[in-house]
Amino acid sequence: MPRNKDIKKVLVIGSGPIIIGQAAEFDYAGTQACRSLKEEGLEVVLLNSNPATIMTDKDIADRVYIEPLTVEVVEQLILKEKPDSVLPTLGGQAGLNLAMELDEKGFLKEHNVRLIGTTAQTIKKAEDRQEFKDTMEKIGEPVAASKVVTTVEDGFAFTNTIGYPVVLRPAYTLGGSGGGIAHNEFELREILENGLRLSRVGEVLVERCIAGWKEIEYEVMRDSAGNCITVCNMENIDPVGVHTGDSIVVAPSQTLGDKEYQMLRTSALNIITELGITGGCNVQYALKPDSFEYCVIEVNPRVSRSSALASKATGYPIAKVAAKIALGYTLDEIPNAITGKTYASFEPMLDYCVVKIPRLPFDKFITAKRTLTTQMKATGEVMSICHNFEGALMKAIRSLEQHVDSLMSYDFTQLTDEELLDELAIVDDRRIWKIAEAIRRGMPQSMLHDITKIDIWFIDKLAILVGMENALKTRKLTKELLLEAKRMEFPDYIIARLTGRTEEEIKDLRAEYGIKAAYKMVDTCAAEFAAATPYYYSVYGDEGTENEAVATPDKKKILVLGSGPIRIGQGIEFDFCSVHCTWAFAKEGYETIIINNNPETVSTDFDIADKLYFEPLTPEDVENIVNIEKPDGAVVQFGGQTAIKLTEALTKMGVKILGTSAENVDAAEDRELFDEILEKCQIPRPKGHTVFTAEEAKKAANELGYPVLVRPSYVLGGQGMRIAVSDEDVEEYIGVINQIAQEHPILVDKYLMGKEIEVDAVCDGEDILIPGIMEHIERAGIHSGDSISVYPARTISAKAKETIAEYTRRLARALHVIGMINIQFIVLGDDVYVIEVNPRSSRTVPYISKVTGIPIVPLATRVILGYKLKDMGYEPGLQPEAKHIAIKMPVFSFEKIRGADISLGPEMKSTGECLGIAETFNEALYKAFLGAGIRLPKYKNMIMTVRPEEQEDAVPIAKRFEALGYRIYATRGTANTLKEHGVKVIRTNKLEQPAPNLMDLILGHKIDVVIDIPSQGVEHQKDGFVIRRNAIETGVNVLTSLDTAEALVTSLENTDANKLSLIDIATIARR
Amino acid sequence: MKAFLILEDGHVFTGTSIGSAREVISEIVFNTSMTGYLEVMTDPSYAGQAVCMTYPLIGNYGICYDDQESTKPWIDAFIVRELSRVPSNFRSVDTIQHFLTKHDIPGIAGIDTRALTKILREKGTMNGMITTDENYDLNAILPKLKAYTTGKVVEKVTCREKEILPGNGPKVALMDFGAKRNIARSLNKRGCQVTIYPALTPAEEILGDHPDGIMLSNGPGDPKECTSIIKEVKKLYDSDVPIFAICLGHQLMALATGGDTYKMKYGHRGGNHPVKDLATGRVYISSQNHGYVVDAKDLEEKNIAHPAFVNVNDGTNEGMAYVGKNIFTVQFHPEACPGPQDSGYLFDRFMEMMGGNK
Repeated sequence: MPRNKDIKKVLVIGSGPIIIGQAAEFDYAGTQACRSLKEEGLEVVLLNSNPATIMTDKDIADRVYIEPLTVEVVEQLILKEKPDSVLPTLGGQAGLNLAMELDEKGFLKEHNVRLIGTTAQTIKKAEDRQEFKDTMEKIGEPVAASKVVTTVEDGFAFTNTIGYPVVLRPAYTLGGSGGGIAHNEFELREILENGLRLSRVGEVLVERCIAGWKEIEYEVMRDSAGNCITVCNMENIDPVGVHTGDSIVVAPSQTLGDKEYQMLRTSALNIITELGITGGCNVQYALKPDSFEYCVIEVNPRVSRSSALASKATGYPIAKVAAKIALGYTLDEIPNAITGKTYASFEPMLDYCVVKIPRLPFDKFITAKRTLTTQMKATGEVMSICHNFEGALMKAIRSLEQHVDSLMSYDFTQLTDEELLDELAIVDDRRIWKIAEAIRRGMPQSMLHDITKIDIWFIDKLAILVGMENALKTRKLTKELLLEAKRMEFPDYIIARLTGRTEEEIKDLRAEYGIKAAYKMVDTCAAEFAAATPYYYSVYGDEGTENEAVATPDKKKILVLGSGPIRIGQGIEFDFCSVHCTWAFAKEGYETIIINNNPETVSTDFDIADKLYFEPLTPEDVENIVNIEKPDGAVVQFGGQTAIKLTEALTKMGVKILGTSAENVDAAEDRELFDEILEKCQIPRPKGHTVFTAEEAKKAANELGYPVLVRPSYVLGGQGMRIAVSDEDVEEYIGVINQIAQEHPILVDKYLMGKEIEVDAVCDGEDILIPGIMEHIERAGIHSGDSISVYPARTISAKAKETIAEYTRRLARALHVIGMINIQFIVLGDDVYVIEVNPRSSRTVPYISKVTGIPIVPLATRVILGYKLKDMGYEPGLQPEAKHIAIKMPVFSFEKIRGADISLGPEMKSTGECLGIAETFNEALYKAFLGAGIRLPKYKNMIMTVRPEEQEDAVPIAKRFEALGYRIYATRGTANTLKEHGVKVIRTNKLEQPAPNLMDLILGHKIDVVIDIPSQGVEHQKDGFVIRRNAIETGVNVLTSLDTAEALVTSLENTDANKLSLIDIATIARR
Repeated sequence: MKAFLILEDGHVFTGTSIGSAREVISEIVFNTSMTGYLEVMTDPSYAGQAVCMTYPLIGNYGICYDDQESTKPWIDAFIVRELSRVPSNFRSVDTIQHFLTKHDIPGIAGIDTRALTKILREKGTMNGMITTDENYDLNAILPKLKAYTTGKVVEKVTCREKEILPGNGPKVALMDFGAKRNIARSLNKRGCQVTIYPALTPAEEILGDHPDGIMLSNGPGDPKECTSIIKEVKKLYDSDVPIFAICLGHQLMALATGGDTYKMKYGHRGGNHPVKDLATGRVYISSQNHGYVVDAKDLEEKNIAHPAFVNVNDGTNEGMAYVGKNIFTVQFHPEACPGPQDSGYLFDRFMEMMGGNK
């Protein structure tokens, strides 16, 4: 069927800020879909509140609205832009829910807008628990015994009929929010109450527990003619019970015979057919390990994280094909872009093995429970490809960048056997390392299987890796042994360590034996057809292994290093930068080569760069590629810390670092060198010292005077950074810092309480260009990534702005920056201090590019190639301010991480961001809060508990909330202060005091917001922590900074929610 | 033990010997299925061929005899990247290593199977030898490789005696040219009484048993070698009994009615081939295993038969509907095993042709 010509203008709804369970994969899917629509000559209107995305770029869509994802905004947008169609299935659950609400209200019908792709009816059939169950029963597809309940009582009644344990799944939530397994009455009550509240429709599914069964997924495509195919199946190494987003996943399935494989495949096709899905769909199964019995766990009637993974694992562009299907094409009409010979109706065949490992944020949330459940906790993931499982696993482990590189990376040797067995029963992110330890102790594989329910096949693979560790330690390093170790992807330095040699010796030995990395192509068809798309993965072998990657002759080549897995502190922003840098180089006639390992991102789409290497970002892996490609240069300043860390290694390999040189990158990070430069430039900074031990740190702190800022050098996202108010604090922090492998010294700085300012600038060696000055709402001390950022800066003086521009110029010149520089300042009155300089791209680059209309990354890229700012038509210096106000609001995922402390500080905790842009500050602020999911007022009740030092400052804020009609509850100290100043306040009991106390208020679900300003330093009082956790887990907004609270009340005071202005970002031209 | 795969064009792959250590010369083909290695090994259509699996990890779920598509493996040799050390599946009763040894099937592991596949893709299917003799002499071997042909393999793989699978529904005569078990099972499951006949059974004998329908099975080798069988198939065509044919059966029917077949460059072997039903426009993913294909041109011009299915990838013929006859034939494998079950509905269509269950 050809394309439906009635479709001319399509509204694509994105997924909003990056949160756990809804991450970069939707930028990838959305970007691919938009490009696919534009390729067909359609006009694309894009709505997404997330400014860090590539999809919100004016190159991707015709009209771009970075506005809150609410029903009101979509309605207004439809009235304004008058699209004829809405494509809702590529923006994750957020996009889908919005479309459903609009459809249910009749708004779409009223305005003659159709949903393309899957229909609302189908979405409802798949998403509504009861309808789904009925549909499955109708076609004879088994589901676990279950019942949808709307009250806790019903939940108990049903559980009594099927017995514990039971799985609880709230309807219409993403990433399994609020779900879990209940083993007893206590757990049942806790999870059920929470789930009922989180569900959009107040429904929770109570289900027979099938934990321990194999978890298998199928990615399925169907077109409007009813043709369907499976793109890929995947097997979770962690059996049912762990959210698939938190599981180690392998593609294709490894332990299923053809009978089981085809049984589930046929089931998946029957399901997609019965549901009538047109587009992509994900079906999850539980398969009983000792029979053919299976249950359908879930169907996602849209592209998902799994479909992003399946796309990268197979080379089949699911989102692109889904978009074409939405336009009316059938699968046999859509060419397979990889082979050019086959069609989208071809099922990919893999001749390699893919392993995905989730990137869990427990290094950020050290108090959080590491346990993995049906509630997803991962912020991102890595994928690796190899022709054997052992190698794929090893590559994936070292791609994580979590100080792990093998099965020896966590040390469990101190545990007794009993303790180890107890540990094995705990399902957490270190489980494979515990199994490895058990194998080392000779525990039988069958016992490990009985405890973990992980299939013997995978346990044996871990045993093979442990066996190799032993062999390297004990046996003579023959060619065969070395080849075998490399085949399993043991890095040279680990082989060196285990064999007692140097890395150099191993490298030489490999050269002697002819053992080297060869590159194979991901071609969708297991080599059956010739493929033209250079999407590569490495395998180690000897001369008998064919290398398919060949350097293109006579072409200048540039290596772009990606940013690896999405983690707190290094998010999608860096992918935005990498992709734009790649495109800019391509425009200049370079062949572009990307190395990255994140399957969720746009940069790992096979048609972004000329060549894609899906590989770990470690020196050895990169060197292998360099040896083949011999690039003319590499760019590291766009890939975050991941890429920066490779600078030294690249230089050693003889690769020219384009832009700012390695020495100057070092100079910005090396305290002594940096101090010299600041002195030379006559730029003040908060006093500070570089230390190595706790003793030195305490001495430094006392000399500077508390409070001080303690942090390791060479970090991003403030990892390990704390404000210390006492010697005890310093001691504790140094302990924490040392837990994280640390080769670099520790910095102790005087902590200044001023306005925090941030700039990104481009320097061509002579001139600089500053698109704009951003001001943080929260004062210094809260990580810049967690602060609300306002452009243009509003509260600092013109003189301070001039000084900022001047300091930026001096620093960029002194550091010989060619390309990007990011500087953070503290402003106290007219005085400006520098607190941090990063000679690279930063988190704020996409945001500031979009709101100023200045394409910073392409400019920086051209500057790197030798262009001058003046020649490109830019007046150097600080650019004129925009008329509108643009506010970047951090978004957190605290409700997903049990036990994480949510109080903000110098360590970054947010997972994503959204934008509020408007003509007025208040409206922009309102939009920003709205985009972050804070929709107030509701009940007009609030709780304040403020540390003594700031209670006075809290008074005006309390008064303003009171004026808005808020009823304020406060704990004793805060209440007293507020009362003294004439605020009507209701004193409430602390936790340990009798009911009704704070907790009862929070659990009563009638509280709009909790303002909790915890004491600085290590929080020894557990009270505040418990309050904040419970508030978050019951869906109450919690603010831990008075500045944020003031911003919130400002936004509530002034804005009429029904009259938001909508700004097309694509029309913002530089001024 | 080291083993060597020597190709007709002089390429040599060095790997490890698996299964039997005996030397073998065969036609080398590749299969892209990611599961179903036992079904592949025991599919009689592979008689006379050595199969390279493109999926690199083989043997993961062990061996379950129930999954055999015939009584024994028919492949000449097995070529894999890696055999699993530990099989894991609740039905597994054997390891692939032991299974190969037990049936005296030689093989080679640890070679770059992707490189081999690319050679076969570029140069076409060719003959090869697997040997464990480190002192092999290429000059002596290459002429032997060139001379090898699969020969009359149908006679080797067909059953020796008639066999009856009881059922209460239509009586089906299944011509065993090397039939996969699941053809008979698929019919028997639908209630058919299936009588399996040796390939060389005269048409008169079959028609004399008054079947309600005739099923022509899959099988190995060059269809044109089956000269005597083709004559019998023509007689079956001339009868008014409904006929359904798969793979070799489909090719033999075409040859019997004046059509032609030709050898493809490297064939279709795998579980992911899209075929389009020309009557409905619907596309199905099919299981395939064939090196020869029907040239539909003559039959179409003479209005004897028209293409019913076509391969979406390369446009080759995948099925014929015979004009004025209750006969349809397909190149692919609706019985699956291994591979997708999407086209299983064709057995239902055959049931309807026979008047359904009485």
